[in-house]
Amino acid sequence: MAATEVSAPQAGTRSSTPRPGARRTRTPRTFEQANRRLKWAMLAPALLFVGLMIVFPLAFTLDLSLTDAFGAVNADKRHIGLRNFTDALGDTRRFWPAARRTLVFTVGAVILETVLGLALAMLMRKPFRGMRLVRTVLIIPLLATPVAIGILWLLILDPTNGIANHLLEGLGLPRQEFLGSVSQSLPMLMLIDVWQWTPMMTLLLLAGLSTLPEEPEEAALVDGANAWQRFRYVVLPMLGPTLATALVLRAVDALKTFDILYATKGAGGGSDFEVETLNVYAYGLTFDYQEYGLAAAVLVLFTLFIIGVVVVLRRRGGGKNA
Amino acid sequence: MSTSSQPLSRRSFGRLAAGAAGAIGMGASGACAPQGTRPSARSPLRIMAINHVWSQAIKRRTKEFEERIGRRVSMTLLTSDQLSSSYNVKLNASGTDVDVMMVRALQEQLVFAHNDWLTDLTDLVEGDKEFAWADFQKAPRDASLAAGKILSVPVVTERPTLYYRKDLVEGLGGPPRTLDALMSAALELTEKKKGFYGYVGRGQRSGAVSQWSSFLYSHGGDFLVDGKSAIGSRQALAAYDYYGKLLGTAGPPGATNMSLEQAMPIFAQGKAAFYIDADAIYSNFLDPKIATPAVRESVGFAPFPAGPAGAKPHNIPSWSLGINKFSLLRDDAWEFIRWAAGPKMSAALQSDGIPGARRSVWSDRRTLAAFPPDLAEAMRLNAERGLGYDRPRVLQVGRARDIVGRPLVAAILGESVRPVVRDADAEFAEFLVRDNRHKES
Repeated sequence: MAATEVSAPQAGTRSSTPRPGARRTRTPRTFEQANRRLKWAMLAPALLFVGLMIVFPLAFTLDLSLTDAFGAVNADKRHIGLRNFTDALGDTRRFWPAARRTLVFTVGAVILETVLGLALAMLMRKPFRGMRLVRTVLIIPLLATPVAIGILWLLILDPTNGIANHLLEGLGLPRQEFLGSVSQSLPMLMLIDVWQWTPMMTLLLLAGLSTLPEEPEEAALVDGANAWQRFRYVVLPMLGPTLATALVLRAVDALKTFDILYATKGAGGGSDFEVETLNVYAYGLTFDYQEYGLAAAVLVLFTLFIIGVVVVLRRRGGGKNA
Repeated sequence: MSTSSQPLSRRSFGRLAAGAAGAIGMGASGACAPQGTRPSARSPLRIMAINHVWSQAIKRRTKEFEERIGRRVSMTLLTSDQLSSSYNVKLNASGTDVDVMMVRALQEQLVFAHNDWLTDLTDLVEGDKEFAWADFQKAPRDASLAAGKILSVPVVTERPTLYYRKDLVEGLGGPPRTLDALMSAALELTEKKKGFYGYVGRGQRSGAVSQWSSFLYSHGGDFLVDGKSAIGSRQALAAYDYYGKLLGTAGPPGATNMSLEQAMPIFAQGKAAFYIDADAIYSNFLDPKIATPAVRESVGFAPFPAGPAGAKPHNIPSWSLGINKFSLLRDDAWEFIRWAAGPKMSAALQSDGIPGARRSVWSDRRTLAAFPPDLAEAMRLNAERGLGYDRPRVLQVGRARDIVGRPLVAAILGESVRPVVRDADAEFAEFLVRDNRHKES
């Protein structure tokens, strides 16, 4: 198409407005112009969806966090500034212990999952007989819903009738309270999380390992590096970006864990709040206490906390590549 | 890179955008039910209820009601937590998809009244002679009121009953009549190494509060005295100590994780000698699908044992029926309540062993014949001695239970209770200030 047919822009008019009488120059459009409009038309439903489902709830939560909303979300409420935030941050009985548990659960579970996932991925790196079967078995915990998994483990770990205590007794070991205990509940839930999510770490890291070039490792082998040295100084640095991505994905997911805690310990995070994380605390404030303003403030703080963790992980884990 | 070979004119773009907006608008309007209009005759009357023997019995009889009103009934049965969460979600959105609500008059009714989520039934209830509101027991009637308005109609009542194994207490001279006797018998019968426990009961922080209330009253204590926290009193401390020792020493492992769902099966499986819980669940121990033959053949029922202040159990309306303020079928919803909580149905259900809230059915020997004789006697005595509440009477009952239940957990775990009680007492006092502020707002 001849670009010269388009008239030059004139002062006081839009640059795309053709001159009067220049009929041939009014309708033609460049593909880029047409695409730009079509693109927005195609994007409109998605943008509308994002606006309705993400931007509006976030803005609403933020607004709610600045009010004394109680009882019903749409009840009369006053804006009270940052009082909910100061109340939450000054609460040493529930908020800070919940924040600590959130961190302990996430760090503990994710470290174990990463180490075990990496170990399994290294073992499965080279093809072996029955590999497909092993991969299939690995995927099974990922397929079940967390609530189903919670109920399954609740039955297995029941202190009175569960099979776990029968096995311990069979081995001559003392019976345990497991999830019935105030002190054992959080570690047990971390182990259940590890059981469920280590396979995902394995699969992600296995995918990362399969893309690594073999030459650097072969060169290190020729230079006399042993297996550990090859892993530590060759494989691990190359796997860094994949590892960082897997770590961020899993950490964010672990921070948000709710369903398995609720399925096993019920509302309120156990009798001594032993598994009450920030998520469980916010749920309790909303559905048990109907403290919508305070719950919204806790959720805003929690969101900021997650963003902070992601930023730290990305910086520490070679975020540019992750 | 171009993806289109056709130029798009401004008019075409406008048409496309208008079409998309129209489609979205049509979709949205189709998704939303029209507000304020009466649903068609094919729309069911929606009832949300707790999964309880009462609601199961009603569900089996709904055909009779459907024929009466010419409308289908849809009944959803949930656990109490699920029910509570569903109400919060639906009613916060002014949902019209629930008509009759099964509510706990002592748990959420006040906060629902504060939110204006329940229909005022005063005129309907009092204006209907056939319904005979005066026939309901006083405690359940009082619990149905909020700011002078009747917001719910009680359908199930509960008292704590002592369930015990007759074969095990024969040598002890029968079931314990006092809390001291219960303690010594429970300790004597406990054989933890064999997996047998003298006592089983609720130990969860919040779930245990309602059962512990009878122990508190029987020690001479209460949750509130003159509107102020009384959980720091000497009597309350003694009740915390007692309950903690009973469940911690004679109870099964993991007692602090036990609510009704965990504690009841332990007794049903014959692994405990004594169990105190609601009398409404007694049929579980006579059911071959739940209880072992040893329990079915030897379970006995006794009134709540006397403490230092006598035997003071609770006697409460555990579940009531209300009407959603946003319901579009309020007339049919009221017809349902008239039918399900009416004198005829109450008598029929009590004859099936489900304890109701009407005085007439309690004074009718035929309805009492459904219960084992020792249970009927225990119920009668507990009702006579009982107080009409089993948890603090505040707006935020869930929060109050969490605070009051904290020392219970410490006591069961064998920790020093006194400092925990002191802290809980201070927290409860702070809470009451906040709760009153909410009440006034």
